[in-house]
Amino acid sequence: MLPPRGTQLAEQIDITFLGIYWLSVVLFLMITIPAIYFAWRYRYKPGRVTPHQTHNTTLEVLWSVGPLLLCVGLFFWGLNGYMKLVVAPGEAMEIQVTAKQWLWTFEYPDGSRTVNDLHVPVNKPVKMVMTSEDVLHSFFVPNMRVKQDVVPGRYTQVWFTPITLGETYFTCAEYCGKDHSNMKGKLTVDTDADFAKFVLTGGTEFESYFDASDPAKTPAAWGKIQYERKGCNSCHTVDGSTSKGPTWKGIWGSMVTLNDGKSVLVDEDYVKESMMQPTAKVVKGFDPVMPTFQGLLRPHEVRGLVAYIESLK
Amino acid sequence: MEPVITAGTQTGHHPRPEKNYLNETTTVWSWMTTVDHKRIGIMYLVGTLGAFMLGGIFALLVRLVLLTPDHKLFGLQVTAEGYNRLFTLHGAIMVFLFIIPSIPGSLTNFVLPLMLGAKDVAFPRLNLASFYLWVTGALLAVGSMVFGAIDTGWTFYTPYSTTTQGGVVMMTMAVFVLGFSSIFTGLNFIATVHKLRAPGMGWFDMPLFVWGMYSTAVIQVLATPVLGITVVLLAMERVLKIGIFDPKLGGDPVLFQHFFWFYSHPAVYIMILPGMAIISELIPTFSKKTIFGYRAIAYSSVSLALVSFIVWGHHMFISGQSQLATVVFSALTFLVAIPSGIKVFNWLTTMYQGNIVLATPMLYAISFLILFAIGGLTGIFLGTLSTDVHLTDTYFVVAHFHYVMMGSTVTAFVGGLYYWWPKMTGRMYSEKLGRISCILWFIGFNATFLPQFIMGSQGMPRRYFNYLDQFQPYHAFSTVGSWIIGLSLFMTLGVLLSSLRKPMDAPDNPWGGTTLEWATSSPPITHNFHDQPVLEREPYDYRPAGVSGGH
Repeated sequence: MLPPRGTQLAEQIDITFLGIYWLSVVLFLMITIPAIYFAWRYRYKPGRVTPHQTHNTTLEVLWSVGPLLLCVGLFFWGLNGYMKLVVAPGEAMEIQVTAKQWLWTFEYPDGSRTVNDLHVPVNKPVKMVMTSEDVLHSFFVPNMRVKQDVVPGRYTQVWFTPITLGETYFTCAEYCGKDHSNMKGKLTVDTDADFAKFVLTGGTEFESYFDASDPAKTPAAWGKIQYERKGCNSCHTVDGSTSKGPTWKGIWGSMVTLNDGKSVLVDEDYVKESMMQPTAKVVKGFDPVMPTFQGLLRPHEVRGLVAYIESLK
Repeated sequence: MEPVITAGTQTGHHPRPEKNYLNETTTVWSWMTTVDHKRIGIMYLVGTLGAFMLGGIFALLVRLVLLTPDHKLFGLQVTAEGYNRLFTLHGAIMVFLFIIPSIPGSLTNFVLPLMLGAKDVAFPRLNLASFYLWVTGALLAVGSMVFGAIDTGWTFYTPYSTTTQGGVVMMTMAVFVLGFSSIFTGLNFIATVHKLRAPGMGWFDMPLFVWGMYSTAVIQVLATPVLGITVVLLAMERVLKIGIFDPKLGGDPVLFQHFFWFYSHPAVYIMILPGMAIISELIPTFSKKTIFGYRAIAYSSVSLALVSFIVWGHHMFISGQSQLATVVFSALTFLVAIPSGIKVFNWLTTMYQGNIVLATPMLYAISFLILFAIGGLTGIFLGTLSTDVHLTDTYFVVAHFHYVMMGSTVTAFVGGLYYWWPKMTGRMYSEKLGRISCILWFIGFNATFLPQFIMGSQGMPRRYFNYLDQFQPYHAFSTVGSWIIGLSLFMTLGVLLSSLRKPMDAPDNPWGGTTLEWATSSPPITHNFHDQPVLEREPYDYRPAGVSGGH
């Protein structure tokens, strides 16, 4: 009846589920067998006089206290699993989750981001810290037996330690409008090596900007996102006004004069060099204050930024 | 002469009275302005059954859309938006226009004063006002469908409900008005039970149906105002942007859920207690044996009403409410199981050594016992914290509450309708067809909802338009089941209505009941009884006349 178990805890929860299931079967038979048996055994016979049984205190106590004790036991059984479900281990890797109609964005500790595509390393606890940009959503991974509403204006969290390599899915469980039933994605449990490789490429979000699948998602649009995410916008404007660094508007393809009086053509080579060795060729009138982005920008991010600057010419 | 109830016999078979409440006056105006609880009960019955049919049509459409993954409805492509509107209207109509008002408004309005030996309810005009508020609410609800059907789900969760398109404000105003209709009915029953019992009828001489409806009325009066406040706040949030629920305006969406369930959980007991109340009548009557554990059943009704107020948070285990609150609500929720269990075991013991007539109403009562057992026991999975996390917001919950709301309450309602139909109309229906309708109902119901438990356990979320292929066989099975349910209900309608066309007169007491409604003619005269009845035996006393003492 239950989906595959993706965590140790899922096994414990399923034992509780099966325990309640068999208890319910027994109780169900305790109710239906008498109901059907009495209806047949004491079926109507003309003239039969029925006994006048009004009450029996022993029985009443029995079927009040018995279920009460069962319920106390079940409550603690459920509580035990619940405490494990909600208390994440301190060393859990944090993944920031942002839900909005109708997609999930995941951000890893190093800043890598993916959309509807969650990768986690096997046998390591991961903790999702979640919020919503619009309405209620709920993060539900059937195989991990976890579910938690994602609420705008506050953070909620959920954690699990995957033990099985391979792919499963997560999905939205709180009604959120038109595409509620399509708000799902792929959860991949990687080996440590695969996960490291995945993080190295910065996630998979960029792919759709380079495969021409969506006219709105161009390499330049990807570069614009990096312009904001990587903080370029704190020193470089795109509207022509002056800030700590030269504006990007119209800079592509122009000749700029440098501090040392030389001139240089702003092309792909110069732009890339300015990201990785910013103090090598500083434009005249600006201080050499830009930090290097060597190691901070992945190749696809550089390609995006170059395309973005080119688009501003 | 004072009529006296004698045990288990068909008392004083008067011929159908020439002048009764149905034909005393005949103009439409006389019905529209009537203050007779019986006529208001009939009008409520027609109204709520109309709502049931409308909600049922939406249910059949929802099931039909889910039949195959390509979502074709009679050859037309259904969109996700269309589907969302369908299930919202199904839920809202069934809850607010049918289940909550149906048993109190129709059957209870009709029989409660009769059972107490009263001429009418305590406030007959308030009773009529309640009916017209229901009509107003129904018109508003139907109106909101015309002006852009809503797609919020019947729970109106914010901030989706404050930002989506459609007639949300109109629907919430419908709910507001319907709430007052419910409050008026509840107030009326409380006053009636307190003040209008027949001479000689103490609290513990009342039929258990009255205890159940009294408990229901207490919830209606105490909980419904909270719903009223909640929907007004919701409407103000939408129109005036007051910022109480939407975090963009500084509000808290979880607060809405607390407000909503503070009413809507007790409302679950507004729905189920009347069902239990009916079963408490059917089982002794058709077992021809006194009810076992009268006081235990009476107290369990009251305690369910009280406990219903402190368990609302179990709808919100994963909502983001504090984890401590979640734990406390889980513990309190288990309390619900105890009075429910007490009722079931007492009903079963009543059947023990009885003389059981398997008439149509009794078949529905036995169906109730089985379906309620499933509905109740599956509640344990949801009250238990660790399993609820996986199962909440899935089809498991959908199946669970349909077993309780529909498998239990509607089963009892239909059983009660068959039970009191001869009293209401003075006509007997076809017993054979009635029994077939019950068998179809039982089969259809289980075929529809058992597969949903399996889907939910496997992780199929509720309110889903598209689903994984693995669920398709279950959805198909469930959809076929819904057709059997539809067939059964249309059969019931046909069986009951055809009893009017080919009349077979009902005796005063066709089932050998011991409660006072059977002491008057079928149908009753306008003033219920020719003389004030006096209660001389305790209820459900099936000992031969002369054996029993007083009470």
